Amino acid sequence: MDFFVQILVGGLSIGFLYGLSAMGFVMIFKSSSVLNFAHGELLAIGAYFFLAFVTWAKLPILLSFLLALAACFLLGIIIERILLRPLIGEPLIFVIMLTVGLAAMFKGLILLLWGGNLFTYPDFLPKALGVQWGIVRIPPVYGATLIIGTVFLVLFGLFFKFSSQGIYMRSVADNQRAALSLGVHVKRVFALSWAIAALVAGMSGIVLGIINGVNVHDLSAIGLKVFPVVILGGLDSIGGAIIGGIIIGLLENFTSGYLSPSLRDVVPYVVLVLILLLKPYGLFGLKEIERV
Amino acid sequence: MDRMLLQLNNVSVVYSDVIQVLKGVSLSVENNRIVSLLGSNGAGKTTTLKAVSGLLKPENGKVTDGTILYRGKEIQNQSPETITRHGIIQVLEGRQPFKYLTIEENLRVGTATRWGKPYRQDLEKVYHYFPALWERRRGLAGYCSGGELQMLVMGRALMAHPELLLLDEPSLGLAPLVVKEIFRIIRQINEEEGTTIVLVEQNARMALQIAHYGYVMENGKIVMEGLAGDLCANPDIREFYLGLSAAGNVKSYTEVKSYRRRKRWL
Ligand SMILES: Nc1ncnc2c1ncn2[C@@H]1O[C@H](COP(=O)(O)OP(=O)(O)O)[C@@H](O)[C@H]1O
Ligand SMILES: [Mg+2]
Repeated sequence: MDFFVQILVGGLSIGFLYGLSAMGFVMIFKSSSVLNFAHGELLAIGAYFFLAFVTWAKLPILLSFLLALAACFLLGIIIERILLRPLIGEPLIFVIMLTVGLAAMFKGLILLLWGGNLFTYPDFLPKALGVQWGIVRIPPVYGATLIIGTVFLVLFGLFFKFSSQGIYMRSVADNQRAALSLGVHVKRVFALSWAIAALVAGMSGIVLGIINGVNVHDLSAIGLKVFPVVILGGLDSIGGAIIGGIIIGLLENFTSGYLSPSLRDVVPYVVLVLILLLKPYGLFGLKEIERV
Repeated sequence: MDRMLLQLNNVSVVYSDVIQVLKGVSLSVENNRIVSLLGSNGAGKTTTLKAVSGLLKPENGKVTDGTILYRGKEIQNQSPETITRHGIIQVLEGRQPFKYLTIEENLRVGTATRWGKPYRQDLEKVYHYFPALWERRRGLAGYCSGGELQMLVMGRALMAHPELLLLDEPSLGLAPLVVKEIFRIIRQINEEEGTTIVLVEQNARMALQIAHYGYVMENGKIVMEGLAGDLCANPDIREFYLGLSAAGNVKSYTEVKSYRRRKRWL
C-alpha cells in the first residue's frame, strides 16, 4: 500500500509537470499552428537558468526561481520576434524546421557552457513539504511540485478565462481572420504564446531538475514526451494537455514500479496507440462545432 | 468640418500579384450616412470593403493603384491593426464568430483596439440593441442560430466604438423576419450612435430602404450610383436587382436577362 501511494504521488506530480509544459506547446499550436520541436530544450534552458542563478550568481532560491522564469518569458518573446516573425506568411513547414534548428542551437549552447554532466541543485526544499503517514513517505519535492503546479494552473486558468489579453489569445486561436478584423494584435498574441510556453516549460524544467538532477540530454529527452501527451490530450485542448500529461506520468511510474524500469518509456506509447485507435482526435480534441 | 469621411479614388486591387479584381473604383461616403454597395456575386463588393479595412493583406491582395482617404488621410495598404484604430471596423461576410468563446467573451474581443478597457458600459449598449444576446451571454457562440450570430458580430463590432462600420451581407441566409429586424437595428445604430455605415448587400430591396445613397458594382467597377430613392425608382435597378417590371410584378430570371444583354451596349 505504501509503495502504491508513493508511486501514485510521484506519477501524479511528474505527470502534472508534463501536462503544464505541454500546455505551452498546445498554446503555440493553437494560436499559430506551429509545432515547437524545441520544447525539450526550453525545459532544459529553464533548468540551467535556475542553476546559473543559484550556483554561479549565488542568489537566494526564490529570487533565482523568479528570475529564471522571467528570463524564460523574455526568451520566448525574443524567439518569436527575431526568428519566427520574419517567417509569418511563409509555408508552415519552414517555421517548424526552424524550431528544429533552434533545438539544436540551444542544446549546443548548453553543452558549450556546461558540458553534458549531471548537476544537482543545493537541497533547499523545506522538510515540511514532505509528508510521512506511518510508513508512507512522500518526499518534499513532490509536495512542492503539486503546489507550484496548482498555482500555475489556477493563474493561467484565471488569465485565459477573465483577462482581456487572455480572451484575445483565445480569439486568435479560434478564428484568426475575425480577430484581425477587430484589431487584435495577432503578432503580439504569437509572441505572448511563445513567452508563456517558454515560461511553463522552464518552470517544469526547473522542477524536473530538482527531482532528477540537471542534465541537458535527459531534459531534452523528457521534452519529447510532449508529443504523446498532446496527442493523447488532443492537440488543441489545453485542459486535455494537463490530463494527458498526468496519464503519461502515472503510466510511466506504475510501469517502472510494478513491471520494470526499462519498460517505462515503452508502455505509455503502447497505451497511447490503443487510445488513439478508439479516439482518433485524442481524449479531448475538439471536433468542430458543425452548426455554423 | 469635413463632411466626407471615406473616399476611394480610382482604386485597383490585385490578388496574388496577378488577379485584378477592382478596376478603378471610386466612391465616397459622407459622415453619419448609410451608403449601400450593391451588386451580384463576384462583383468585387467584399474586396472593396477589405481594401478599406486592410484585410486584403492576409489574403495576399493589394491596392495597386488609386488612393483611399479616411478623413482626408491616405490609408490604403495600412495594416488592419492600424486601420481598426482609426475607427474603421469591418463585419465579415458569413458571420465568423469565435465558436468556442461565449457570447460575452466574443463581445469583449471587440475591445482590442483600446486594450480592453473600459467595457461594461459598452456591453450594456450592445445588449440594449440586441436583447437576444443578453439571454445567451454565457452560451458558446458556436451553438447560436444565424440571426443571433449576425447580432453577435455586429455587437462585437460596436464594442470597438467604430466611426465607420463596414457590413458585408448581413442578410445572407437569414429568414425574412430576421432580416427585417437586423435592418431596423442597423438604421437605429446609425441614427442613435451617429455611426457611418457602408452596407454591402445582394438584397437590394432591403438595403435601399434604409440607405441614403447607393452604388452598384459589376465586374470590379462602379456602374451606377445615386440617392437610394432614385435608385429604387430607376427602371434598370428595379428590373435587375429588385426583380420588378415596370408594372410592379416580380419577374422571372429569364426575363431579367434581357437587361443583361441590353446593358452590354450601354
Ligand atoms: N483571395 C482572393 N484571391 C484571388 N481572387 C479572389 C480572392 N478573393 C476574391 N477573389 C475574386 O475576386 C472577385 C470578387 O470577389 P468578391 O470581392 O468576394 O465579390 P463579392 O463580394 O461582390 O461577391 C471574384 O471573382 C473572386 O473570385
Ligand atoms: Mg462578398
